[in-house]
Amino acid sequence: VVPTAVKINLINMLSETGLQVIEATSFVSPKWVPQMADHTEVLQGIRKAPGISYPVLTPNLKGFQAAVAAGAKEVSIFGAASELFTRKNINCSIEESLERFQEVMAAARAANIPVRGYVSCVLGCPYEGKISAAKVAEVSKKMYSMGCYEISLGDTIGVGTPGSMRDMLSVVMQEVPVGALAVHCHDTYGQALANILVALQMGVSVVDSSVAGLGGCPYAQGASGNVPTEDLVYMLNGLGIHTGVDLQKLMDTGTFICSALNRRTNSKVSQASCRL
Amino acid sequence: QEPQASGLPEYIKIVEVGPRDGLQNEKMIVPTDIKIELINRLSKTGLPAVEVTSFVSSKWVPQMADHKEVMRGIERHPGVQYPVLTPNLQGFHSAIAAGATEVSVFGAASESFSKMNINCSIEESMEKFEEVTKSARNMNIPVRGYVSCALGCPYEGNIIPAKVAEVSKRLYSLGCYEISLGDTIGVGTPGSMKKMLEAVMKEIPLSALAVHCHDTYGQALANILTAIQMGVSVVDSSVSGLGGCPYAKGATGNVATEDVIYMLNGLGINTGVNLYAVMEAGNFICTALNKKTNSKVAQASFNTGTIN
Repeated sequence: VVPTAVKINLINMLSETGLQVIEATSFVSPKWVPQMADHTEVLQGIRKAPGISYPVLTPNLKGFQAAVAAGAKEVSIFGAASELFTRKNINCSIEESLERFQEVMAAARAANIPVRGYVSCVLGCPYEGKISAAKVAEVSKKMYSMGCYEISLGDTIGVGTPGSMRDMLSVVMQEVPVGALAVHCHDTYGQALANILVALQMGVSVVDSSVAGLGGCPYAQGASGNVPTEDLVYMLNGLGIHTGVDLQKLMDTGTFICSALNRRTNSKVSQASCRL
Repeated sequence: QEPQASGLPEYIKIVEVGPRDGLQNEKMIVPTDIKIELINRLSKTGLPAVEVTSFVSSKWVPQMADHKEVMRGIERHPGVQYPVLTPNLQGFHSAIAAGATEVSVFGAASESFSKMNINCSIEESMEKFEEVTKSARNMNIPVRGYVSCALGCPYEGNIIPAKVAEVSKRLYSLGCYEISLGDTIGVGTPGSMKKMLEAVMKEIPLSALAVHCHDTYGQALANILTAIQMGVSVVDSSVSGLGGCPYAKGATGNVATEDVIYMLNGLGINTGVNLYAVMEAGNFICTALNKKTNSKVAQASFNTGTIN
């Protein structure tokens, strides 16, 4: 569990890199997620740079209210394309979870707060295995029509490949405009950048990633999780795609947090660059 | 933008370079019997080609000093090719005497790299290779040509696609049946891969091209995907991602065969290779080398106990 001051410093450093969106914390009960117990202090402690958005997770109305009280200007809600995953994760059905989210959506609309929707398990589920693209499209469509401005499609266990990414997106894009879609790829099977490339080729223009590839996979012990932001930016730079992000500053930020966590980076760009 | 549904090859040939390129670039020198065991295991996975060793002076590459013993010691499975590196005519003769039935020569798209690596210019290296390809033609031995630094050079930096095309064409006209384009330091991205292939494809038929991507900057699978979207149907890779990068200490090198196959399976592309068998061979060699695998598929699979 990382000290509050380190979290704040991390976010402040990320604010200097050119990134426009930095997910700051999660307003969930510390009983469930102790690592995010200091959510209020973090959100109040960070420098809020102009032009940068600091969304926070809000699983329910209570969390939403706490987030707004702490100064949040954007929130996120987490749905899933798998019934079993929803049951195991938040102890209810997909339908019930969406009802809970309705409360958040109503309150957010009243407060003029944008809401981002996440859909987990879009390319596979640790419990159900295969997930149908139609199910992903159904859940995405529901969350979009509830008022989420963007839907981030998450390959939660990283099992997706360019093949399944393409198949899933082609179905989802029939229900949600591509301009409102994002991809959140995990690199557990090394497929993340290839999956992201396919998504970009299909018109997706929002990509989630994690500095230094922070965050392992709770379903495969010792395996990696999030795709490293450095490696993503390296690829986008090579493709001539503009991101506004300064790769060197990003790598420095990664170095800082890995030092603080006393661990190696998961970013290959960072690993390679330090030694040349 | 049209989804990339069709246009991908139906079959991709995987050239397994772990026993040579992989082991050559590992710190630990592996005993001959372990090398032989690794190659024998790889022969049973469905891989169509396994690069066995390098007939180069042990003074330069001590890891490959046992080339004769390895070549003579391995099982030869029908339907599997066992190419070996032969930098010059002497190495070629030695390889043939030891039973080799396919050889490879290594050129580079960078003058500086050529000078630093094999102590001669690109032109001089082509003269040496011509001796090999001439002898090989007489003996009906196929020759594969490698072009290093296709997407960047540790000394020269940027490499222009036209140079890669020129060197590739040279090797192809000397008689190489296939040209493997190597991103030697892994700096390439889908952007530079596309530009380089466009230039090379003007000179060499697509079916004679292969890509040899290093994962030093995590770009290998994205680069390979780009190449196969352009019709390339031969991919080099190394079991467990064996072989670090001699130009970036501690960084990774070869792309892991397991991760490539996982991706190709997901794309519905046939390779003939049994992923689980490759993972087991990878597990064997990593245990022998006392190191962690560089394959993410292997890491994830062995830790959950399930294979996706």
